[in-house]
Amino acid sequence: MAEFAFEPEPAGVALAPGETAREVAGKNPWLLAGRRLARNRVALAALALFLAIVVVSFGAPIWANHIAHVDPFSSNVNGTTVVDGKKVEVIQQGGGALGIGENPIGPTWQKNYLLGADSQGRDVFARVLYGGRASLLIGVGSALISCIVALLLGLVAGFFRGPVDVFISRVMDLVWAFPIFLLAISLATVLLTAPDGLQWGPVRVDPASLWIPTFIIALVYVPYVYRPVRGQVLSVREKEYVEAAIAQGASTWRLIFVEILPNVITTIVVMLPLMIATTILTESALSFLSIGVQPPAASWGTIIEDGQGLLYTRPWVAIAPGIMIVLTVLSLNVLGDGVRDALDPRAKLRLKRAKVGK
Amino acid sequence: MAVFIVRRLFGLVLVLFAITVLTFLIFFATPGVDPTRALAGRNPTPETVAAVRHQFGLDRSKPAQYALMMKRLFISRDLVSYGNQALRVVPAIKKAAPVTFSLVIGAAIIWVVMSVVVGVLAVVLKGSIWDPVLMILALIGISMPVFWLGEVANLITQDRLHDTFLFSWVPPLGYTPLTENPWEWFKHMIIPWFTLSVLYIGFYARVLRASMLDVANEDFVRTARAKGLSERRVLLRHVLRTSMITFVSLFGLDFGVLVGGGALVTEVVFGLPGVGLLTFRSLQSLDLPVIMATVIYGAFFITIANAVVDILYARLDPRIRPA
Repeated sequence: MAEFAFEPEPAGVALAPGETAREVAGKNPWLLAGRRLARNRVALAALALFLAIVVVSFGAPIWANHIAHVDPFSSNVNGTTVVDGKKVEVIQQGGGALGIGENPIGPTWQKNYLLGADSQGRDVFARVLYGGRASLLIGVGSALISCIVALLLGLVAGFFRGPVDVFISRVMDLVWAFPIFLLAISLATVLLTAPDGLQWGPVRVDPASLWIPTFIIALVYVPYVYRPVRGQVLSVREKEYVEAAIAQGASTWRLIFVEILPNVITTIVVMLPLMIATTILTESALSFLSIGVQPPAASWGTIIEDGQGLLYTRPWVAIAPGIMIVLTVLSLNVLGDGVRDALDPRAKLRLKRAKVGK
Repeated sequence: MAVFIVRRLFGLVLVLFAITVLTFLIFFATPGVDPTRALAGRNPTPETVAAVRHQFGLDRSKPAQYALMMKRLFISRDLVSYGNQALRVVPAIKKAAPVTFSLVIGAAIIWVVMSVVVGVLAVVLKGSIWDPVLMILALIGISMPVFWLGEVANLITQDRLHDTFLFSWVPPLGYTPLTENPWEWFKHMIIPWFTLSVLYIGFYARVLRASMLDVANEDFVRTARAKGLSERRVLLRHVLRTSMITFVSLFGLDFGVLVGGGALVTEVVFGLPGVGLLTFRSLQSLDLPVIMATVIYGAFFITIANAVVDILYARLDPRIRPA
């Protein structure tokens, strides 16, 4: 049996492997979780990788303007660039396999056109950096919006119950029954049919705005976060300390935000990295179908789509942004596992015991 | 049980009705969006717009438009595409559906077999280096966008290594119906099958491993060991079998999602003329009736799969029935 198996656990606090009850007793749960996460090397490495990707992506303007001196957003079909001291055309005529057609410059492995150019003569490496900025903004933004909306709806539905709960839950069930990907596609298609942008009262939305994919993706994932949150609120609401607060005459406001919210927020924190990983993948698929980020702006998915026509001649255009997506999503998945283990060590404890029992 | 099934089916009909209304509202009643814009071309004259609106019935009231649309979709089945008046939507979907089913069924067989193998191996090899290695590989599989993986697969099998002995058998992108030439069908589908299944192999292997380790704690497993059963029998007959309940319900849902449109990007990358590719082509021309019909088709499959899973689940686990 594991060494911690017989130790009495302080009420409501689970022990991680290697912790004693005395170490844990009376400590702030967030502090404990932070300490557990700090001991998890794999999760820390994943966090470092994710932060590195964020820094590199947000440094895109520095790279494009001050180091490579390229404009990744306007086409440069007739332009030239300097490679190994020689002036070469960015798009060479007749460079294809049959000696016909246009052939953008391949990877130069130097500052300008590090990974070559796309069919518009734009610097692929600089576009991948800018694309990362858009992908991360949309991914993180939509995951946050989705979690906040789901949290508020879940708190209201779980706390008031009755008809309020029935109404909110039925609406969520309907969105849930809808195939997410098709819902996102439908919304994106419709919102893009207005070529001059949308006008809703005082709010004007440009079709090239990143807010359109952000809101669409946020909307379709709300039920996925709402369900566990509502379940949690329903159970926390029955706890003794909430009853005690009611008996003291605490206001509804206080009950929801001071008594219940802090006990539900861990669910959101555990889900957030995995949600961001999911929303980044969804955004890339929408952009790949040309209904996400609109040109000339780029996201990783858009660049993969641009690279489709050049796949056999200039594969880096499609491969590079894909590698960035894989690294980002992988780091978030590993980090998500680490956060879950840090906040809910029971999940891991069960696995440990199973191994010992074998 | 019968009452449960009837209630579930009644709920199913309600959800399907709500989905058709919601889809119609998204496409034809989103504020600020005018579907005639997609039809009448760029900068149309007001007369053209009015004529187009009348021709497609868009000048009627919204409920009348909805009723007309549903009648043409389900009863007379003569809903036509906006872009190509000769294209009837319902027969086009009927023609495309077998391609999507070929893709998804093949991939499903691969992912079920592979994920059970990987999941059981990870449990058996727990404590050795192979368990974390398998789980990292599974995680990488989950983290790859399927359309990118498909493009990499195309790059390797259609171009870079196509002239070697490894992939010289790979036919050009496209599709041959099973009824026409089973061998060609198989050769066309094998790369898409594996590409589509990678994500699910990773996901299901992880779920199965976690669930098997969880079940291994249960008392009935200890009892099985105490009876003197072999470790292999305990693992396969007791632990794996119990873990398969979660596995089966997840499988039903994912299968429904894939048939209902989740395989869209895979079809696009490999040029398979299934429902997904039909949707994609219509997206490019903003052909709203076709998109609406494929979305409703997809939603039908997914909600029906949900209902089937619920009913099967209730059969497998009687505790769920009263809910």
